[in-house]
Amino acid sequence: MTAAATEAPPTASAADLLRSMADDEFVIGYSDSEWTGIAPLLEEDVAMSSLSQDELGHAAALYDLLAGLTDGDRDALAYDRKPADYRHARLLDHGRGDWAMTIARRYLYESADAVRLEALVAGSWGPLAELARTIAREERYHRMHIDAWLTRLARADGEPRDRLIAALTTLGPDAGTVFAPLPGEAALVGDGILAATMAELEAQWRASIEPVLRDLRLPVPPTTDDPGTGRTRHSEAFTDLHATFTSVRRSDPGATW
Amino acid sequence: MTGTLLALDLAAIREAIGAVADPEMPVVSIGDLGMVHLVDREGDTIRVSILPTFLGCPAAEMIQAAVAERLEGMGLAATVAMSHAVPWTSDRITSAGRAALLAAGIAPPTEAVDPPCPMCDSTRTVMDNAFGPTQCRSLHYCRDCRQPFEAFRAG
Repeated sequence: MTAAATEAPPTASAADLLRSMADDEFVIGYSDSEWTGIAPLLEEDVAMSSLSQDELGHAAALYDLLAGLTDGDRDALAYDRKPADYRHARLLDHGRGDWAMTIARRYLYESADAVRLEALVAGSWGPLAELARTIAREERYHRMHIDAWLTRLARADGEPRDRLIAALTTLGPDAGTVFAPLPGEAALVGDGILAATMAELEAQWRASIEPVLRDLRLPVPPTTDDPGTGRTRHSEAFTDLHATFTSVRRSDPGATW
Repeated sequence: MTGTLLALDLAAIREAIGAVADPEMPVVSIGDLGMVHLVDREGDTIRVSILPTFLGCPAAEMIQAAVAERLEGMGLAATVAMSHAVPWTSDRITSAGRAALLAAGIAPPTEAVDPPCPMCDSTRTVMDNAFGPTQCRSLHYCRDCRQPFEAFRAG
């Protein structure tokens, strides 16, 4: 709210928020890039590659901002941490799965990310508010894409619909982890950087998706399973993904590519 | 007097920067695309900020390097940074930029989901994919001249 908050964000809490957002975008971008070349349709090969490229671009911009706060390095933040030190939502820890799993995960994540971005665009810390506005502009295409696919699978009776329901059922208990409490969120809200607490944002998000899912007769995500560890307890699927996305970096540490 | 000269110098520098070609669509320049944000002077250094069209655009770093090289060629010390101070939107593309895209067979951004065909002007076109070969282009098909074409994404 104050000029001081604009110039100097509360470093630790802002860093926690940036790390959670950057890790979300990095992990979903990296996971979905695995569809390049093997998506069910040629159009989706192109679309998933482009979507992933967007998410990795958002991650890079968020890691840059984080690096500025913590005197770090963007590539080190992305690649040099141990799996346990990543702070993405557990929603993104279920492996690539089938196409329905990818659609369900993208729908749950994109709808939650949209609510989170909306809570940042008018924030008092200029650099983050500006970046949130730029990201939100690009995410508009992502929402169009995922809304169309959710409806398409939901209305196709038989296997597509069954697989979508199975995916939403598997992901449901972890869906709300995008809004897992952040250590310094009270300070972020107090300084006007974030418009509302994660719990309030989660309520907004649930209110936005429940009518859509009910209308399509799809399962609504239940209460979050163990929200306190929503960004700290990761699965073996993430350990595998981490081994893949760090492999080039580990092959020649410190190299300039 | 000095103020006027300084303004003229900066205008000329801005023009030189704006003439740098887009690496992925060399028919348009970064000036045509409205990517040049601020050009100012701090002491002896020219400070330039460029707006990326999309955050994940791999051409961004090439553009940054090309601008720095152009200024170096003019004997100017410069810092070139990418900026998110304002979101880039397709409304920033100039009329010259739109004409150059059209001439290259890329439909300029329109409000309509289905832009007119850049080859035959037909409005009987259909979007094949909102995602294309680069982050700023989508794929379309013209039912009259039966040609696939690309459009610059609006927004």
